Order: sequence, then C-alpha cells, then structure tokens
Amino acid sequence: MTITPGHYMALAAALFAIGLIGVMVRRNIIIVFMSIELMLNAVNINLVAFSQMYGHVTGQVFALFVVALAAAEAAVGLGIILAFYRNKETVNIDEMSIMRW
Amino acid sequence: MGEAIAFYSLAALILVFAVLVVSARSAVHSVLFLVANFLCVAVLYVLLHAEFLAVIQVLVYAGGILVLYLFVVMLVNLKRAPEEASDPRRRDRFGLLLSGAILAELAAIVLYSFAAPWSHTAGAAAVPGPGNVETVGRALYVDYVIPFEVASILLLVAMVGAIVLAKRDL
Amino acid sequence: MIDSVLIPLFKIVILLVGVLTAVAYMVLLERKVQAWVQVRLGPMRVGPHGVLQPIADVVKLIIKEDITPARADRWVYTLAPILVLVPALIVFAVIPIGESITMFGREVPLYLTDINVGLLYIVSVSSVGVYGIILGGWASNSKYPLLGALRASAQLVSYEVAVTMTLVSLILMAGTLSMVGIVEAQREAGLWYIFVQPVAFVIFLIGGLAETNRAPFDMPEAESELVAGFHTEYSGIRFALFFLAEYANMIVVSAVATTLFLGGWLRPFPNVAVLAPLGLVPGWAWFLLKTFLFLYFFLQVRATLPRYRYDQLMRLGWKVLIPLAIANLFVTGAARVLL
Repeated sequence: MTITPGHYMALAAALFAIGLIGVMVRRNIIIVFMSIELMLNAVNINLVAFSQMYGHVTGQVFALFVVALAAAEAAVGLGIILAFYRNKETVNIDEMSIMRW
Repeated sequence: MGEAIAFYSLAALILVFAVLVVSARSAVHSVLFLVANFLCVAVLYVLLHAEFLAVIQVLVYAGGILVLYLFVVMLVNLKRAPEEASDPRRRDRFGLLLSGAILAELAAIVLYSFAAPWSHTAGAAAVPGPGNVETVGRALYVDYVIPFEVASILLLVAMVGAIVLAKRDL
Repeated sequence: MIDSVLIPLFKIVILLVGVLTAVAYMVLLERKVQAWVQVRLGPMRVGPHGVLQPIADVVKLIIKEDITPARADRWVYTLAPILVLVPALIVFAVIPIGESITMFGREVPLYLTDINVGLLYIVSVSSVGVYGIILGGWASNSKYPLLGALRASAQLVSYEVAVTMTLVSLILMAGTLSMVGIVEAQREAGLWYIFVQPVAFVIFLIGGLAETNRAPFDMPEAESELVAGFHTEYSGIRFALFFLAEYANMIVVSAVATTLFLGGWLRPFPNVAVLAPLGLVPGWAWFLLKTFLFLYFFLQVRATLPRYRYDQLMRLGWKVLIPLAIANLFVTGAARVLL
C-alpha cells in the first residue's frame, strides 16, 4: 500500500473545499481570512507533493512564495479589518457593504 | 506501511482541525485549531522530504502570521457577537451548495485520476543533492531570483500598506 | 531495535530528568546569588545551606490548590502552560552536548538527533512558545494578565527578528544549519565564533535576555506594575509549569549560545597545541561548564540591572538591535564574498 501523489491531491482537495465552505458561510471576517489561509495551505500541499513526484524543488520554491504572499495578505487584510473596526465597531462581513449600495 | 499510517493519521488530523477552524464559535478557538492544523501540515511536509519548508511553515505561519491573527482577535473586542447581524440579501445556502458542488467536482477529478495508474510514486524520486536546504536555496537564489525579488518588493509594499492602514495618524 | 528505539528513549529520559533537575536547582541558585549580592544568606532551613529547598518547593507547588477563575475559558486556560513548556523542552532534541562516547562497546552520540535544519528548528519551535503566553493571559479573563500577555508577545516577536538576523550571519560563517555541523566548523576554523562575530554575540545575548523575559526585560511579569503579568491567575501545578518553562528557556538560550559562539563541546582554543592537556577533560564537561557560565550571567544581570521601561525596550529592539543585526549580516556577507 503505497501513498501516491493522488492521495496528497485528495487531501488537498478536501482541505480546499473546507476552506471554501468557511469563506462562503462564516460572517466573522477574521474567520473568513483564516479559511483563506486553509485554502492556501491546500495549494501548498499540492505543490510539495508534485515537487516530490518529479524529484525537483521548484514546487517547494513556489510553496515558499505562497507563504510570503500569505504573510503580505495577512498584514494588509488585518490592517483593513482594524481600520474598519475603528470606524464601525464590527467585523461582520455583511455590514461591510458600504462600498456597494 | 509506516508511510501509509503516518499519512492517514496526519490527513485525518488536518481535516478534523480544518473543520473545527471553520465551525468554532469563538475566534480565539478558531486560531488555535488553525495553529494545530498548520503544525500537522508541517509534519506532512517532513513526510514529503521538504524539511526546509516544514520549518518555514512553523516559523512563518504558526509563529508569525497566526500570532498576528490572535492579536487582532484580541484587539477587536466586540460588544455583540460578530455573527449576529445578517444581510437579508445574503445567500448562505447557495454558498454552501456552491462549495459542495466544487467539493464534488474535485472528488470526481481525484477519483478519475486514481483510475489511471501513477507513472511516478511519491518517495520514488527523492529530491537529489547534498541536502534539502542547499537545493532549495540554490533554486531560490539562482533559478528564481527575479520572482524572489518581486516577492520581497511585495512584502515591502504590504508592510507600508499595513502601517498606513492601521496607524491612526501618520 | 536497540539502536532505533531503546537508546533514543533512554537518552530522552536522561535529558528530561537532567533538564528538570537543573531547573529546580537553578531556582535555588538564583535565590542564593541574589542573597550574596544583597549580603543575605538566602534559603538555609531545608537541608545544609538549603540544598534540599527545591524538593520542598516542588512538593509545595504540587499539593497547592489549583484554581481556575470563574469566567475563565477552561480548555485554553489549561492548555496554555503546556503550550509554553513543551516547546521549551523539545528544543533540547537537537542540542549536541558532546561528541560520541563509547559505552558498553557501542558508539553513542551525545545528542538525540542531528537534522540538517537544526538551528531553524530551534528558532521555529521556540516561536510557538508565544502562544502559551498570549492564551494564558487571555483565558484568565482578567485585566493584568491580558496586559502582561500583550506586552510579552510584542516583546518576544520584536526580539525574535533581531536574534534570527544574527543567527543568519552565523550560518553564513558555518555554511550549515546543523548544530553538530556548526561546532565542527568551529573546530575546523580553529576559532570560536565569539571572536569572529562579537557583535552577533552581544545582540544574541541581549535578545536572549528579552526572549526569556528575564531582567532587565521582565516587563511581562513586572511585579510592581502588573502584579505578576500573564500568570497572575495561575496557581499550583499549572503555575509550576510556567515557572519551569521560564527556567528551561534560560537553559535553552545558554546551551544554544554555547554551541554557536563558544564552540559547544570543544576545549578553549582548539587549535593551540600547548593547551592540549585541556583536551583530557571530556567534551560534555566543557559544554556544561560553558552553559553554566551563561546561566550565572543571567542571574548576575538580574541582581544588578534595573528594569527597562516598555517604550525603551521597544526602541532598543527596533531602532538599535535590528539595524545593528542587519549591518552585521551585511558586513559578514561582504567579508565572505571578498575574502
């Protein structure tokens, strides 16, 4: 019983779907952000699994770029959340619709 | 055999923690489950012979980004529950259905690809070279030096942006 | 079977017992050193000159009532001390205490494992320890612990950057991330890295004081400002875990500093042939001696220096140490390329 890259892909797909459900269903924007992190991690698992499959480190290098991207996204996103919270005292994503009417 | 046991137990843990992240009531608990999830993913990377990435996962994700999340969760101390108000035009059910459909699609793709045998098996071709750190470093600084610089500029921009957004008066 | 399971298990047991005993006696030593500095006697009642005091302390902490505040988040409140202690202990897995020794006709290396990302492993595992502090302060549902926790985590996160930067310049010198490899590189260079990287050593030492929340950077638990900081509400065995973790972290910092800057198990001046008789002392004894020197330094500093103010601490971290560490890294890199 060997573990093929397919197993890792199945795991990543399930993780991605869970993150997607979180983004769709939760209304606390911080938890929505965390669900996005879950999805990014699912992508990383895929990248590393393929890097292992082809015996080449490119996948791992791109996983590193994804981590850097996640850091940038978290910093800016959380900054926006804090700025919004100071103005409207809420982190509910449904009440953040002042940009569309 | 050992690899299979490790993979299945890790996969189960990762998925359970992911479900808990999405379903936890308190945001602090959510962050905690996310930390546990990321630590399990790091162990999975070790299983895939990506030691450097595993350590970076713990250092950057668990030790850096999630501490930031925890800080924000604690700063944002809410008088009413964040999930209380709901936009009447919001379509929760539809979103759930949509993500369910995507899950089904992904499952179908995975099942379909399992039907054909894999030409490579994981672990057959381990990453060659003196060690994982050296090979990743060489790839990062020689083959992908332009993307690397772009990523560093992105981080700089994000840093400036975060300060501008979060600081009350500059 | 014996090589893959029994010997590592045996080593883990010895390591844990050793570290925990060392922690218990560190507490006694700290009280004695402070007493000497202040011309007092320190603990004298339990055993001759108080040498059995740690046992009495442990018994007291275990049988004390273990209180959970009424509005506390029960699970997180219990989890927090464990989250602080576990990273502090598992770091010891990669710290090399000595070279291989022959025991019962078997070559036994004096370290648990030697992984090729050893130094990064230490940095990343100890960065997880922050969670215990933040969560402990938050879960107590009380004002002083929360303030202490926020101070502590801001301090840890800021100083981690400076310390990690200095480690990068050290990695540039050694060309490896493995802890054993770094000691071997110092043997080959014939020089401890403290002589090559004095700036990095000073930054590491200051950062180490801040990372372990020790005086003069003990803001998170400043008695006069915050009662006791993030563990105000803790008592009994859970308080003991926080306490253990703090001292275990001190031992970690000392052991890492010994390995990186003082040549680990190497004797002083490993390339000077005149000092060869020093090589008769086994390597692990040198390692323990050097680690002890660092620990004594920690205690002496606490007895000597007053506490920093919070804004001074942040200024020192961000405006002095981090630029200095980056400059040091730049100079090291340039020297490596040019020389």
